[in-house]
Amino acid sequence: MSSPHQLPSAFFTPGLSSFLDFATTVDPALAQRSQGAAPDVAVASSAPHGTTIVAVTYLDGVVMAGDRRATVGTVIAQRDIEKVFPADDFTCIGIAGSAGVATELVRLLQVELEHYEKIEGTQLSLDGKANRLATMIRNNLPMAFQGLAAIPLFAGFDLHARRGRIFSYDVTGGRYEEHDHYSVGSGSLFARGALKKLHNPGMTAQEAARVCVEALWDAADDDSATAGPDLARGIYPVVALVDADGYRRLDDAATGEVVHAVVTSRRQRPDGPAAPTTG
Amino acid sequence: MTMPFYVSPEQLMKDRADFARKGIARGRSVVVVQYDQGILFVAENPSTSLHKISEIYDRIAFAAVGKYNEFENLRVAGIRLADLRGYSYDRRDVTGRGLANAYAQTLGAIFTTEPKPYEVEIVVAEVGTDVDGDQVFRLTYDGSVADEHGYAVMGGFSESINGYLGEHYRDGLGLEQALRLAVDGLGRDSGGGETRALDSSQLEVAVLDRTRPRRAFRRIRAAEIDALLRT
Repeated sequence: MSSPHQLPSAFFTPGLSSFLDFATTVDPALAQRSQGAAPDVAVASSAPHGTTIVAVTYLDGVVMAGDRRATVGTVIAQRDIEKVFPADDFTCIGIAGSAGVATELVRLLQVELEHYEKIEGTQLSLDGKANRLATMIRNNLPMAFQGLAAIPLFAGFDLHARRGRIFSYDVTGGRYEEHDHYSVGSGSLFARGALKKLHNPGMTAQEAARVCVEALWDAADDDSATAGPDLARGIYPVVALVDADGYRRLDDAATGEVVHAVVTSRRQRPDGPAAPTTG
Repeated sequence: MTMPFYVSPEQLMKDRADFARKGIARGRSVVVVQYDQGILFVAENPSTSLHKISEIYDRIAFAAVGKYNEFENLRVAGIRLADLRGYSYDRRDVTGRGLANAYAQTLGAIFTTEPKPYEVEIVVAEVGTDVDGDQVFRLTYDGSVADEHGYAVMGGFSESINGYLGEHYRDGLGLEQALRLAVDGLGRDSGGGETRALDSSQLEVAVLDRTRPRRAFRRIRAAEIDALLRT
């Protein structure tokens, strides 16, 4: 092994299917790009934060949606940020918390899942993917202590169980499976209340998308860091579906239709659909 | 004190090359053909799980013949290099040429310095936005690189297959025609002139399809192979 341009021996280590583990051996600095050294608290408070993500399961899979706002303190840092991404063909990830840390986490997860798939010739199980993400979040713990935490919401279609599943995380990498619906981010308390009342497991994809947009509306209604749909600019929440056919994001026309239906109904009743209290 | 026998460098290299060539000639062949929508890979391979053709990156694929553990090593190294580069810079910065260079350096170094050369021959192909942007690199056990146009053949009896493809290949083939050409070519590997008819259970087929959005690589399963060969 003498040629200076030859691939180093680490590239030929057998039995390693993880990109993160491989990158840690050959280029530790790169592998820690999503972690970095812990900065002081002043840095943390000046970094953009993403806000509310919601997810609900429905008849054929799972829907995830996120608003489009990133904030630094009370200032709006970006009004059209995207916080819901495909992790691979059958999973999606939504991010709340420190935007820089979170987007790097998403990039790393995407490479990690595809890397495994290419090397092993098969996809990880949905639980395997969720566990991999837990490890990555745990690696970010030093930064999380300084206020730069990224808390994702992970969801996907389980090809074995044939249903949509949702996973939430805490800063220490704890992984929790959620039933039916969940929300993370600053507006999540309000969104979760809405999801509880609106969700039903037999919903169609269309109804599930509607429920997500309603929940985000309620989050934006009471949380200053969450944005409602920006009708003047045509900036709508990102709504993504994962079912047996894989990941697909609703285009602006489809999301716009849902948004306009919600706007119309809220003109009649600003607090949103009423839950029946009799019968 | 005993003196080691003197072996001239020419003889040493020739012996190593002969050794590698013999190993490669024992295996079944792989054919790579450009068609109008991309690049087609066809291997004679009865196994459905031990692949000779594989995805490396969004627009890049890999095909190999020879010793399985050796080309599997190279395949995994290629995926690692591509993913590392794409993650460090950008997905567009991963190129077939860069990968072929890394393979060439590695194979060349192994050929001259390791106790035994790799008994492999590989193709690294990258699909472009149009036919002119397609690149097919064929690399041999000693690290030589050839830039192929139209088609490439590797493995045992590649001369007779090469001859058949040379006669029948033309630019702008459709997928069905390209597959038919590749399968007929692979059947002409006996060296003697008689031909074998291969069916889908003996074939591993994949394409780099330029019309696919990001990951161009797609495996073509037995049922689809049969359908394509019937037309």
